[in-house]
Amino acid sequence: MAEIKIITTDEIKTDEYLVNMGPQHPSTHGVLRLLVKLEGEIVHNVEPHVGYIHSGIEKMTEALSYPQIIHLTDRMDYLSAHMNNEAVCLCIENALQVEVPERVKYIRTIFDELQRLASHQLWWCASGMDLGALTAFFYGLRDREDILDIFEETCGARLTLNYSVPGGVMFDIHPNFQSKVKAFIKKFRKTLPEYDKLLTGNIIFQNRTKGVGVLSKEDAIAFGVTGPTGRASGFSCDVRKHHPYSAYPYIKFDEKLGTDGDSFMRWKLRMDEMWESLNIIEQLIDNIPEGDIAVKMKGVIKLPEGEFYQRVETGRGEFGVYIVSDGKKNPYRVKFRSPGFSNLFTINHIAKNWKIADLVAIMATFDLVIPDIDR
Amino acid sequence: MTNEQLIEKLSSAYPDAVVKQGNQYPEITVAHDKMHAFMQYLKSDSTMAFDYLVCESGVDYPAFIQVVYHLESTTHQHFLVVKANTENRETAVLDTVSDIWPTAEFHEDEIFDLLGITFTNHPHLRRLFLDETWGFPLRKDFHDDIHVVER
Repeated sequence: MAEIKIITTDEIKTDEYLVNMGPQHPSTHGVLRLLVKLEGEIVHNVEPHVGYIHSGIEKMTEALSYPQIIHLTDRMDYLSAHMNNEAVCLCIENALQVEVPERVKYIRTIFDELQRLASHQLWWCASGMDLGALTAFFYGLRDREDILDIFEETCGARLTLNYSVPGGVMFDIHPNFQSKVKAFIKKFRKTLPEYDKLLTGNIIFQNRTKGVGVLSKEDAIAFGVTGPTGRASGFSCDVRKHHPYSAYPYIKFDEKLGTDGDSFMRWKLRMDEMWESLNIIEQLIDNIPEGDIAVKMKGVIKLPEGEFYQRVETGRGEFGVYIVSDGKKNPYRVKFRSPGFSNLFTINHIAKNWKIADLVAIMATFDLVIPDIDR
Repeated sequence: MTNEQLIEKLSSAYPDAVVKQGNQYPEITVAHDKMHAFMQYLKSDSTMAFDYLVCESGVDYPAFIQVVYHLESTTHQHFLVVKANTENRETAVLDTVSDIWPTAEFHEDEIFDLLGITFTNHPHLRRLFLDETWGFPLRKDFHDDIHVVER
């Protein structure tokens, strides 16, 4: 009888090969190409290739006036459109030393948080879908619709809001705004636990995310990973807390911090942030002060000579606007520090030696928006 | 450290460098050949401890190209803007800081792609967004007859 030989995995060698993940892969959420070096199923190297939808926004801004620039910023991270608009407005207002009315600060902050909720809802449903749970997609979009309706009623747009203008907001809030927001909060407080029931507590889901793709706190800081992704690793980087703007100095809220830095923690942290956003809106919605919705600005806005930097917290992390002005009506140079850009390039660091299916889980919990990276 | 203390400390430690209070943050301009050593000092010195590179951007000026580093310390919560100019626009070369802050590797790829600054000792300098047929679009003398309409 022939001897049975036990073959260990060490003896089976496959050659490394390259696989293009994207640019049209559903889990890349847009046109991102990852060049993945694989041995069998094990990821050895990931090289992100970006630029498929690079639109040269930074170059375009050099030919546009300041109010026109605002309309370009919500095309970058379209899920955090209002925060991006607000960042440019705040930068212009700080440069001109304009103090906006209290009412504007409250309205902007409520919009920030509604936008953050809408962003996290879409992230939640899309990443559920990435991991094979299609039902999540319908739950998330169902609730997101309520927020977009509120946006539409006040400013006419659902996705690219363009609601902030230098010195204030474009229109006053709709008479129904407060009651609709309160009704939404009441409803969403009931439906948000469904999210946990559907996915967070699911054992299959937990096995796919717990311990997968760990990012340490030191690496998060070194790679400049901000937002919920960075905070899941314990990096305290919430701009709302550390450099408060608009109405954030007036309210009490917790900066949620994680410890593990794995995919599950990143997931959990965004779920916690949704609860926190609801708390923030509740503190503000009944206290919107009466007053003007904008201060009078000059027809042609010219920034004084110099350099101005403004940071805000978007749904994805720290968004920065760096304006170099030479005193003319167009900026000399504008740089947008987008959170997705810094976050994406850690992927090689943390996806190494995980299976290719785990790479999808890691990408899902990184919440990438590709125009934000390409700009 | 407050902004004043930071300015005082830096101007006594580096008398050659130009330190001033900008619109929001302290700003320091360092010579291109001393930049890397200065950055290492900012990262490793315990009173400075600038461990978080927030933003790295390039700006094209008529005589040189400038790279602007926005740095923050997560332990001391202070913020500093460091500027380094290339020698001139033709030989736009600077040392990389990607060995100090890994995130700089990709910001430098972007600056190389759009402004044409070559970073020495960079592990893998490549064009990030555009292909080889493009020039350097964020330079002020860039002309694109196809996509840009001059009025």
